[in-house]
Amino acid sequence: MAAKTEQVPKIMQQGRLTPWLYLLPALVVMTTFIVYPGLNTLYLSLRNIDDTAWASAACITGQPCWGIFENFRYALTSEIMQTAFLNNLKWILLMVSGTVFLGLLIATLADRVRYESAAKAIIFMPMAISFVGAGVIWKFVYDYGSGQVQIGLLNALLVALGGPPVSWLTEPQVNTVALIVVGVWIWTGFCMTILAAALKGVPADILEAARTDGATEWQVFRQITVPHIMPTVTVVVTTMVINVLKIFDIVYVMTGGNYGTEVIANRMYIEMYTSFQTGRAAAIAVVLIVVIIPAMVYNISRLREQEAIR
Amino acid sequence: MTPPRLKPWLAGLPVHIVLVGLCLVWLVPTFGLLVTSFRPFQDVNSTGWWTVLAPPKGQAEYNNSCASCHGSDGEKIAAADLTDPKLVDNYRRSFNLIAALKNEHNNQPHMGAAPIPNENDAAAIATYLRRISGIEAPPRFTLDDYVDAMVGYRGTTTYTQECAAGTQALDLHCDWTDLGNPRGMGRAFLNSVIVTVPATILPILFAAFAAYAFAWQHFRGRQALFAILVGLQIVPLQMTLIPISKLYAQLGLNGTFLGVWLFHTGFGLPYAIYLMRNFLGSLPRELFESAYLDGASHWTAFWRLAIPLSIPAIASLGIFQFLWVWNDLLVALVFLGGQNPVLTYQIGNMVTSHGSGWHLLTAAAFISMALPMVIFFALQRYFVRGILAGSVKG
Repeated sequence: MAAKTEQVPKIMQQGRLTPWLYLLPALVVMTTFIVYPGLNTLYLSLRNIDDTAWASAACITGQPCWGIFENFRYALTSEIMQTAFLNNLKWILLMVSGTVFLGLLIATLADRVRYESAAKAIIFMPMAISFVGAGVIWKFVYDYGSGQVQIGLLNALLVALGGPPVSWLTEPQVNTVALIVVGVWIWTGFCMTILAAALKGVPADILEAARTDGATEWQVFRQITVPHIMPTVTVVVTTMVINVLKIFDIVYVMTGGNYGTEVIANRMYIEMYTSFQTGRAAAIAVVLIVVIIPAMVYNISRLREQEAIR
Repeated sequence: MTPPRLKPWLAGLPVHIVLVGLCLVWLVPTFGLLVTSFRPFQDVNSTGWWTVLAPPKGQAEYNNSCASCHGSDGEKIAAADLTDPKLVDNYRRSFNLIAALKNEHNNQPHMGAAPIPNENDAAAIATYLRRISGIEAPPRFTLDDYVDAMVGYRGTTTYTQECAAGTQALDLHCDWTDLGNPRGMGRAFLNSVIVTVPATILPILFAAFAAYAFAWQHFRGRQALFAILVGLQIVPLQMTLIPISKLYAQLGLNGTFLGVWLFHTGFGLPYAIYLMRNFLGSLPRELFESAYLDGASHWTAFWRLAIPLSIPAIASLGIFQFLWVWNDLLVALVFLGGQNPVLTYQIGNMVTSHGSGWHLLTAAAFISMALPMVIFFALQRYFVRGILAGSVKG
């Protein structure tokens, strides 16, 4: 948001109504599709299953109840949502660290070779295809044949090495990690590109001076490069946290949230369109935005600072 | 290589190993999908894609057990020509074959002193016999998977084969109208195009208007309104699905293209306005001033000055929005569903209901990936710029 305080040239101030005509289409569409439904979801999260009474109507005497916030009791304490929260936490820990680590590694290494652009294009390519397409690609890699032949690459390798094949997508604990690997495969290129731009911004003369003074490559990296790119790393991390919290397609396509792989966004979809629990689905959506807002605010303010520096 | 140059080359070796290794990990899964989508279905489900260039299944077993008498081409014994489909048809399955091998032949054991092959080997040999006799001789590579995926064929052989035999399903006509089959990827591809093109143009157009007002027109509350609109980027998609579904149900917009166009327009706008306004605002002020001094109105300045100058921003934005909509599953799932299935919906459906049809699934996935890949490799620079700028989109 490059806040421009300077005034529009006098000669361009034609008519009081004209600006609003230019704004009208965007304002109407955004009010209808973001502002109104956002507020309505807030309201619905306090209503019962089909919006005929307040959520407290669903309470049964003698059982725990949060009154009008009954839907939030489900969204925060039910067993399936606990699983979803735990899984989202796993996603955040593994996927964010994985993408940032690999992105930084590849960006650093690619900087030193002549085929830099080819390598980067290969790593970035998954960003162009859909999560659904990526899901199919990896479901094939994870394919588990119960018989003699393994047509999935991973199990074929495992069998060739003498191990028993693994049903990657149904085995509890293993399956969430298998899904996270797909996420890492998709998003590493994104992290790599942003981090590579930051790496190129580290002043060459400082690096050169440090090397002349006899610093090892690792020392140069730790003490000059890392502090210099740290602001970018934090932006990448928060952006990835937001992306991970909203992860839906991969889980929906590969396991449907079954076998203990449930995540928040998939649960919201199931509550709404499979169980028709409008109130609960709305409550989950509200929980989702509440979790996302801090990261988002942090990110936007950070971007603003960076733009101010530029 | 001379010794003085060898040392830096060796020092750089770990870098190359790690980097090339990672690139392979990134490439191999997609490559496997691509190879599989060109293999006949008999092969896809019985051997791994990495064996695609290996000798046909059963050849090794055949050479082991049969070649010494029947010859490596199967034609050595004229009375039992293994390339004759009529003869082989009696032994097309492993149990027929094992039974025949156990029988005596001219009062001698069929196999002589050699052991009778076990069940797995016999199955492999039967496969090989079907191949050399021409009963079932699938080529190494085929386009059948793509044809089957495009027309939505779901049978046990191939569309071409069934159409030739006239045994196709009732909803297939064996002419070009099959591309419109609602279960097929051909129809889904068309639907994806119908969804994506307006859902890309509309938000950019509306955003350009609004961004022009924010950058070059004067009105009260300009900064505050801009901040609010851009702040709407934080609202996640999930937050708006339920009320919009209800609204669409009342207006009869569920399952219509119009509904999806409008929804994507609404969600594309905050980011598009933000990007366009920053770009328009960075254009030189003198340019606009002189245009007005020459008597231009806002309308002319917008169409003749602002739009042509912001083509680079529109390109990045357009590619970003296009791929966003093209690759979207959630919105298509909720608002279009099976009524007007798009590519992602169709694939999602195939994954959940036809778990093992890898030949169809791989072809279908590749049909959906083809266009994004072309855009990516042709317009990489704009693409990367668009993705990076859009990283905070909600």
